This record gives sequence, C-alpha cells and structure tokens, in this order.
Amino acid sequence: MQTTLSKEFAPRSLWQRWRWLVWVAIIIAIYAWAIGGLQFSGLQSSAKTVSDSIVKGLLHPDWAYVYNGSGEDLSSLTIQTLAIAFLGTIVSAVISVPFAFWAACTAHERFYLRSGSGKVILTLIRTFPEIVLAIMFIKAVGPGSYAGVLAISIHSIGMLGKLFSESLENMDRGAEEAITSAGGNAPQVFVLATIPTIMPEFISYTLYRFEIAVRSASILGMVGAGGIGTPMIFAIQTRNWPRVGIILLGIIVMVLLIDTLSEQLRKRLI
Amino acid sequence: MSTPEIPQRPWRQRYHVSAIAWTVTIVVLLILSSMATGANFGMFLANINQFTVLLVQMSHPAWAYLSVIIQPLYETIQMAILGTTIGAAFAIPFSLLAASNLVGNKVLRNLIRLFLDLVRTLPDLLLAAIFVAVFGIGSTAGVITLAIFSFGMVSKLFYEVIETIDMGPLEAMKSVGASKVTIIWYAVLPQILNQFVSYFLYTLEINVRASTVLGYLGAGGIGVYLQRSLDQFNYSATAVIILATLVVVMVIDGVSNHLRRVLL
Repeated sequence: MQTTLSKEFAPRSLWQRWRWLVWVAIIIAIYAWAIGGLQFSGLQSSAKTVSDSIVKGLLHPDWAYVYNGSGEDLSSLTIQTLAIAFLGTIVSAVISVPFAFWAACTAHERFYLRSGSGKVILTLIRTFPEIVLAIMFIKAVGPGSYAGVLAISIHSIGMLGKLFSESLENMDRGAEEAITSAGGNAPQVFVLATIPTIMPEFISYTLYRFEIAVRSASILGMVGAGGIGTPMIFAIQTRNWPRVGIILLGIIVMVLLIDTLSEQLRKRLI
Repeated sequence: MSTPEIPQRPWRQRYHVSAIAWTVTIVVLLILSSMATGANFGMFLANINQFTVLLVQMSHPAWAYLSVIIQPLYETIQMAILGTTIGAAFAIPFSLLAASNLVGNKVLRNLIRLFLDLVRTLPDLLLAAIFVAVFGIGSTAGVITLAIFSFGMVSKLFYEVIETIDMGPLEAMKSVGASKVTIIWYAVLPQILNQFVSYFLYTLEINVRASTVLGYLGAGGIGVYLQRSLDQFNYSATAVIILATLVVVMVIDGVSNHLRRVLL
C-alpha cells in the first residue's frame, strides 16, 4: 500500500511535466516549416473567371457527348475504362496468388527469409507509382488501353499479394487438418481444404481492388494509357468546361455504381 | 421405423449451376474486355527489348541527381502536411453531422453522407488537373487537391469512429442540461481524440504517396521532376526519384506507425 501511494504522489519528473510543451513546440515547428517552405502562387488573376466558367460548365454539361456513335464518346470510353480495370484486376489477381504464398509467414516456419523477401518485393511493387508504370508500358506497347491494363495488372500485385498473404496467415486451418487426419496427401489438402477456405476472401479482396482499379483506369488516360482520362485531360487543356462537366459526371456515376455493386457482392460472399 | 431419408441436394447444387454461371460470365467478360482494350500479349513480347532497355537504364540510377530533388522532396512533404491538415479540419464538422448517434435528423445525415460519397469518387489526379487549371502550376493546386482528397477520406473514417463511442458521458451531460457544443467538447472529443490523430497520421501517409505523383500534372512537388525526367527519356534520373520517394515514404510510414502505436 505504502509503495503504491508513494508512487502516486511522487512528484512528476521534469520531463513528464513539460512533455506536452515539447510536443506543442515540435508540432508548431513542423507547421512553420511546412507553411514557410511552400511558395503559394496565390490566386491567379484569371482564377475568378476560370472558376466561374468551370461552375457554369459543370452545371451545363455537354449532354451530346454521352453518345454520338463515334466510339470516342462518353459511354464507349466508360466501357473501355471498365474493361481496362476488369482485365487488369483479374490478371493481377492470378499473378498475386504465387506472390501471396511466397510472402505468407505460416506458423511452422523457423526462419523468415522466404516470407520476409516476399514482403519486401510486394512493398517495392506497391510503392512504385502507377503512373510511371503506365508510362513505361506506353514505351513498350504504344499509347492506348493495353498499356493501362499492363500498368494496373502489375501495380495491383503489390496490394493484392499483401492482402492475400495476410488472409493465408490468418486462415482457419481446421479443414486442412481434417483432410490430413483422414489420410489426404498434400495436393488433396490443397485442393479440398485450402482453396475452398481461402476463396471467398480472395474474391472479396479482388472485388475491392477492382473498385480501386476503376478509379485508376479513369486517370491513367491522362498520361495516354487509354480510357476516359484522355478526353478529360484534352478537355481541361482546351478549357472545354461543359465537356469536363459531363466526363466528371460520367466518372462519378460509374464509380458510385461499381462501388455499390461490388459492396453488395462482397456482403454476400463473407 | 423407416430409415431416415438421405438429404438430397437440389439440382442447382448438384450441377454447380451458380459456380459455372459465374465462371462463364467472368470468362465472357474477360474476352470482351481484352477485345475492348486491344490486349495482345504477343505485342508486348515483340517490344520487350524496348522495355528491357528502359529497365537497364533505370537500374543505373544517376545519384548526382539527388542534390536536385532534395528541395522538391521537402516541398512534397510540406504539401502533404498542409493538405491533410486543411482536409481534416473541414472533415471534423462534417463527420459530427454524419454520425448517426449524434444527429437524429436522418435526412440531413444522409445528405451529408451522399455529399461525402460524391467527394470520395473523384480520383486525386483528376482533382489535380482541374485545380492546376484554376490556380495555375504550383504547389497551391497540390495543397487544395490533397485537402479535398483527404477531406473525403478522413470524414468517413472520423464519423465511423464517432459512431463507436460510449454514449454514457453524453447522456450524463445532457441530463444536467449541457449545451450541444459543451457535450461535444467534454464528452465526445476526449473519447475520439486519439483515434482522430491516428487516422490523421494514416491519411498523411497516403497523401505523401499521392503527392509524389500530383506534380506530374503540374501541382508541385517531386512529381514535376518525375515528369521532366520521363519526358527527356532520362530514366536513370527517374530511378533516383523513385528510390528517393520510396525512402521518404518509408520514413514517414515508420514515424507515423510508431506514433500511432504510442497513441492507441
């Protein structure tokens, strides 16, 4: 009793008493550095007129662009964007499976060289900017949606591989043990227990990644990798705000639809 | 006594109807989308030497370029800090209004949520392209882009946190007649502050990653140099930029992960 009391009433050390002040000083220093370092260009003289015309353009979208039969209109490019995202995600999901087994740190493992190296590779892939990948693939296969597909399928491995490997680490091993105790060999355990246990989670993560890929596919076009981004960046550069408005509207509707659909599917899976 | 009947699987299960239907759907979609995108694996293999030339150049980073990009790297972090702060500041009132345990008015709550959903649909680069057109090339456009981008994300994270709080202190204060603002200040804020800071740091991590590419469209930071090096086919400089970005992102992630562990 005596000890707890004396502990409670012991005067706090200097550091404990003034710690908050140190934190406040650090935070103020960080913000001073951040604000001082940036050169704010300030509002351009044209900003007012530009934002006025943006608002006007967004309120009066160029409805004629939705479909004009040229194959370069909003609806066909939206479908193309979805196709890029879909193909990229599926390809990436398939490639991610071996990466996931590589990076998964399973229980009966003594040394972590295998899983550790796999995790580092996946982190590297994740951090490599998707835009740079897209530009690299444009050099290889020329501008167009194929470069976008390749960029998405490589970039998504980073995140899908990580999520897949984590679900492998946390999966329920009961079914595997049951097959083993009934005398199943390793391939049988894998086909009859591992795959059915892990499949819903893999599919759910793939759907989630597809939602992200739809957003990526809609901006990769800005560097020339196909999809809705290409007309978007042209419209912005030529200050064609009604056109920008209708494309923005198209992207918002597309993303909302895909998100809702995929959320419903994921709810049914798990 | 009759023998119990063996349970029969309906024909839909016996012939795996839904599994087969899903597989067929996905295969058809795959074929359609590869036609729509003109995907052609042979073309990639035919041009693989161009790709390898690029990779070889990238595997020889021009380290001298490092001195050029230190300043823009700082600028990237500064943009991320300011953008996240502004976004989070605007997110607090919106998340309070969107939380179902604080606001009883269902219409208002759903309107706010719809607005937040709409903000979240916009990809960051798209916002950057528009704000570069409005504010001109420079970091102002980047800060605004990141502010809006993090506003959408943070407010969703925040209102989900608010919905998990313990309502006891709120009821206690309400029963002694405290005003709404007092309740938020003394009963809501202490319960959520740590998680707010944790999510703030998490958003900062994401924004540092995002801000490295925003400059590609002219919104300031390291991305400007990324675009310059790519346009000049100077891939050894590109490699340095990517590696330096990687280091910065990892340092920020490390610091923020440590702080978040301390907080929670």
